Amino acid sequence: MTGLKEILWKELSDCFNSKRFIVLFLLIYVAGIATVYIASQNIRTSVDESTKYIFLNLFTTSGSNNPFSFPLFMSIFIPIIGIALGFDAVNSERTSGNLSRLLAQPVYRDDVINGKFLAGVIMMALMIFSMVILVSGLGLRMIGVPPQAEEILRLFTFIIISILYGAFWMSLAILFSVIFKKTSTSALTSIAIWMFLFLFGSLIAALIAGAITHVDTQTASVTDIVQFDTLFRMLSRISPGTLYTESIQSILLPSMGTSSPTMMIIGIYSGLNPTPLPLTQSLLIVWPQIVALVALTAVCFAIAYIKFMREEIRAS
Amino acid sequence: MKIMSNNFVIETHNLTKAYGKFVAVDSLNLQLPEGEVFGLLGPNGAGKTTTILMLMGFSEPTSGTVAVVGYNPAREPIKVKKVVGYMPEKIGFYDDLTARENLEYTGRLNGLTGSLLSDKIDGLLEVVGLKDKANQTVGKFSHGMKQRLGIADVMIKDPKVAIFDEPTSGIDPEGTDQILNLIKDMAKRKVTVLISSHQLHQIQKVCTQVGIFSRGRMLASGPVDKLGREMLRAGQFNIIMPVAQLAENVSEEIMKIPGVISVECVGESTVVKAEDNLEKELEQVMLRCTGLKIQMKVEEFELEEVYMKYFRES
Repeated sequence: MTGLKEILWKELSDCFNSKRFIVLFLLIYVAGIATVYIASQNIRTSVDESTKYIFLNLFTTSGSNNPFSFPLFMSIFIPIIGIALGFDAVNSERTSGNLSRLLAQPVYRDDVINGKFLAGVIMMALMIFSMVILVSGLGLRMIGVPPQAEEILRLFTFIIISILYGAFWMSLAILFSVIFKKTSTSALTSIAIWMFLFLFGSLIAALIAGAITHVDTQTASVTDIVQFDTLFRMLSRISPGTLYTESIQSILLPSMGTSSPTMMIIGIYSGLNPTPLPLTQSLLIVWPQIVALVALTAVCFAIAYIKFMREEIRAS
Repeated sequence: MKIMSNNFVIETHNLTKAYGKFVAVDSLNLQLPEGEVFGLLGPNGAGKTTTILMLMGFSEPTSGTVAVVGYNPAREPIKVKKVVGYMPEKIGFYDDLTARENLEYTGRLNGLTGSLLSDKIDGLLEVVGLKDKANQTVGKFSHGMKQRLGIADVMIKDPKVAIFDEPTSGIDPEGTDQILNLIKDMAKRKVTVLISSHQLHQIQKVCTQVGIFSRGRMLASGPVDKLGREMLRAGQFNIIMPVAQLAENVSEEIMKIPGVISVECVGESTVVKAEDNLEKELEQVMLRCTGLKIQMKVEEFELEEVYMKYFRES
């Protein structure tokens, strides 16, 4: 246990001393302040007397003429943080010649990779938690409506899901840092995968779903659209980003009775009046997404772990 | 679980490592008793580093067994690494930490804390001559300074065994001397040392035993003089006396000593060839015949000579 504890402390102190993380912290705070400002400017239009949870609107309201909202910002930033925390975890130790020296000490080999992963999760938790606190605090001053207990619970759930999402990208980046000897290769590969899924994931899912269901937008019936939407959602869930966006939508928008916005709109048009769900019901909707995120993280980390445990440690 | 019970600190049995078809280490049998300073010699790519990696549990042997202080380093790494210090060929430190901070981290990983640790670090930095550089970041260190810090890093855990992979490569003569002296000091404190190198002069200065390695096989091992006699003198001892000429009767007396093969005058001295080290007997005969106590010595060998001979033969 000494080994894990010492490595964890070392990693954490590295994070706090490195410029990379100071920049990340600043960036995430500035962006947080920007979103809360936009939200507070537009919150009046999205809230009326019937709105039950006003405080959560701080986190979901986007500008009237720009789509920039807190969930979107988080779904872009969290992968970047995760990748920044993980991409050089193992290969930088190797190229600097520290890995051989480190493993010559009485520590288990898995202490090294576990310590790095844990330190990353702690850093991420600190970043996300402090930012939510910052946004809440500023929002509270701007709108003057305190959060209700249910809203606080939902924010906590949101923080946990966000950490899980970040842990996925970090474990993917750690996996590449085990596979590739150069830090630049592992960083670029992680970023390339993220960019691809972010930019083209839903585009490709839509293309495939369209080709299979042959939906014609002019003549499509509701059943056709539902069929298309189901298939499209299915395919786009290959991207962990989709899993994350779906889950935080349901958590931050209590009246989302489904993880699909299209279905929501169809529901509203067919006379459904969305009432806010209790947190347990919202959780039930996104439970599969959360489990999938955990599973993806576990798979990436397990591959990295096995590879690292078996590989030859040669001072290069 | 101890897998080997006898007194060898490092013991391998038919240790083999193959990368695909290439055999890096081929059925190596190495037995290293306590307190020995063993030099692993061989050209680049002979399998020295691969052997060390297997001793440290950094690489899985293809077949054969390895035991360090009695334990399998791959199965029980903690027990092995508590007492084994290792300095890799390209040693690296955290560049943005100071020399002291780097040693502190190693010390803490070895369970040292508080004033015990800081006193120890002070002492070690003094020993390796980096006391005034203690609070400089290692990024600014020269190669030789890093190497000396590496020795402090090995010593912080008070190892029973220290393994050095090419400790002096790429270092100027003065730095090399400093490092060799530090290793010698460790040996004096009963630390078993294993050094891999291709710098023969340095090895001869510190090692009590050497092993000559080529293409994954150990060609010969033992003390340099023994290897030299076996290789260059067919196992015979050459005892050299600083006497230009011997009287007939004296040389006859010498020939009577059992084991003496020949007596020859070579230039300013006389060489007695023998099957054993007969220094004492020879001294007595000389004292009896001439009344003089004559200083004599057994011929020594240059490691380089021995090494080259082995490579010509193989």
